[in-house]
Amino acid sequence: MTAAVELVPQEAASTPRLVHHPTRTATPVIDVRSYAFWYGGTQALFDLTFTIPRRAVTALIGPSGCGKSTFLRSVNRLNELIPGTRHTGDILLEGVSVFSRGMDAVALRREVGMVFQQPNPFPKSIFDNVAYGPRLNALAPERDMPERVERALRQAALWDEVKDRLEAPGTSLSGGQQQRLCIARALANEPEVLLMDEPCSALDPAATQRIEELLVELKQSYSIVIVTHNMQQASRVSDFTGFFYLGHLIEFGDTKQLFTRPTDERTEAYITGRFG
Amino acid sequence: MSGRSLRRHVTSGLMTGLVAALSFTAVLALVLILGDLIAKGASSLNWDFFTKNPVPTGQTGGGVANAIVGTGVIVGLAALFGLPVGVGTGLYLAEYGSGRLGWVVRFVADVLNGTPSIVIGIFAWTWLVRPMKGYSALAGSAALAALMVPMIARTTEEMVRLVPHSLREAALALGYPRWRTSLRVVARTALAGIVTGCLVGVARIAGETAPLIFTALGNQNFTTNITQPMQTLPHQIYEYATGPFEEWHRLAWASALVLMGLVLLLGVTARWAIRQRHGAAR
Repeated sequence: MTAAVELVPQEAASTPRLVHHPTRTATPVIDVRSYAFWYGGTQALFDLTFTIPRRAVTALIGPSGCGKSTFLRSVNRLNELIPGTRHTGDILLEGVSVFSRGMDAVALRREVGMVFQQPNPFPKSIFDNVAYGPRLNALAPERDMPERVERALRQAALWDEVKDRLEAPGTSLSGGQQQRLCIARALANEPEVLLMDEPCSALDPAATQRIEELLVELKQSYSIVIVTHNMQQASRVSDFTGFFYLGHLIEFGDTKQLFTRPTDERTEAYITGRFG
Repeated sequence: MSGRSLRRHVTSGLMTGLVAALSFTAVLALVLILGDLIAKGASSLNWDFFTKNPVPTGQTGGGVANAIVGTGVIVGLAALFGLPVGVGTGLYLAEYGSGRLGWVVRFVADVLNGTPSIVIGIFAWTWLVRPMKGYSALAGSAALAALMVPMIARTTEEMVRLVPHSLREAALALGYPRWRTSLRVVARTALAGIVTGCLVGVARIAGETAPLIFTALGNQNFTTNITQPMQTLPHQIYEYATGPFEEWHRLAWASALVLMGLVLLLGVTARWAIRQRHGAAR
């Protein structure tokens, strides 16, 4: 499958992002190896092994409570803040274990941005919301911040709507705008991977469509993993799809193929709406 | 209208009337107290009352400048000691207090919260006044601070807990270390609530009398020396109100009005702080 390579146009190589990793475009960005996860005594994920392609949208589908979000939160190690959790196996980001001793959770989360189910802007101005990550990580001097904020807001397709009121509180925006603000906030860190945990479930159809169009643009420069309950959404926006069921990854593959010719009968039952 | 619907309407009307009457009773108490204070105290308020010190027994005139300044100094010092400790403890309890240590701290705070202030006063006397060989404003501040810490800690904890978890996760997911998330995102978001809790706490201790009797003692003269006994408004009211002279009673009413005014001012400031905050950030 060469989709990941095709998706990166040649001129994209001149953008600053690609200068950092010029040779990595063909390798998978995330490599999951026999990963299992427990909340206390309850096992939530079982022996996951798959790879997430670079510069593509990967959708994770499945019924509620099947471990999709738990997996997502394993990648940026948000789960480790919950007492009593443990894991076995490994998750590699750019070939390096996210759990390795040298991997600082703070540095990891700079490389792996996250967008949540509910839009959660900080009670600060639009500008400050976007500048939050770069300021913390000292990615740019303060005088370059306006440029960086504008770039992130443009990438999130929000710039034109907010450019005249960057000092307005982020919470004054509509739900769909808030979610794009949260996407801009994540992008301002210039992550390699963007994790999205049901980013459209709190939005109306029009706002959902904006986000979906945005995903198609963003995959030119980012690797996106999106958890969704909406199978139409998965089939519309994703290049690859993984079906989770009861903590197992039942099937993973090309989206078109998974939705038209699923190999597992549970996948077929789920995508045809027989359960879930 | 069917019988059932009629009964629902009647019940609804009765209950609404009942809670309205109860609310009225609650407000009535405050209105009566304030009204009585104004009626009996306002006529004694004048420039001298705020600027002069008490005159010797038997003479008329004079004021309570020493007590007003004393209250300011002692409550101010108590806030200086108590607020950082209280807010810090509350932040710890809310953000990291899920373990056994948190349980112990929370339990101790609740017990301290329920401890009568006169008991705190006795302890302040035992541990501060006696070793220091004398009553002092400092000991009074320490006693008030001890009263205030558990109160502030618990309200701060409640306010910090109100901050949505999603905001914490947003900061953590951007790469914020946990302690910075606590300070920069969580505490700042809860700031309006924390400030309100602090002001209410300060207002609450500003009216305390019992612990000051054992510590700051009271002083007929003006002083700002915190190692000496110092007069405060509650103590002044206590002395004047229990005294035999009409002039003293008059001054006690006026002092009570001033104290009440100070407490109300703190309350209004707290309200205003919340509104400013909400206007700017919500």
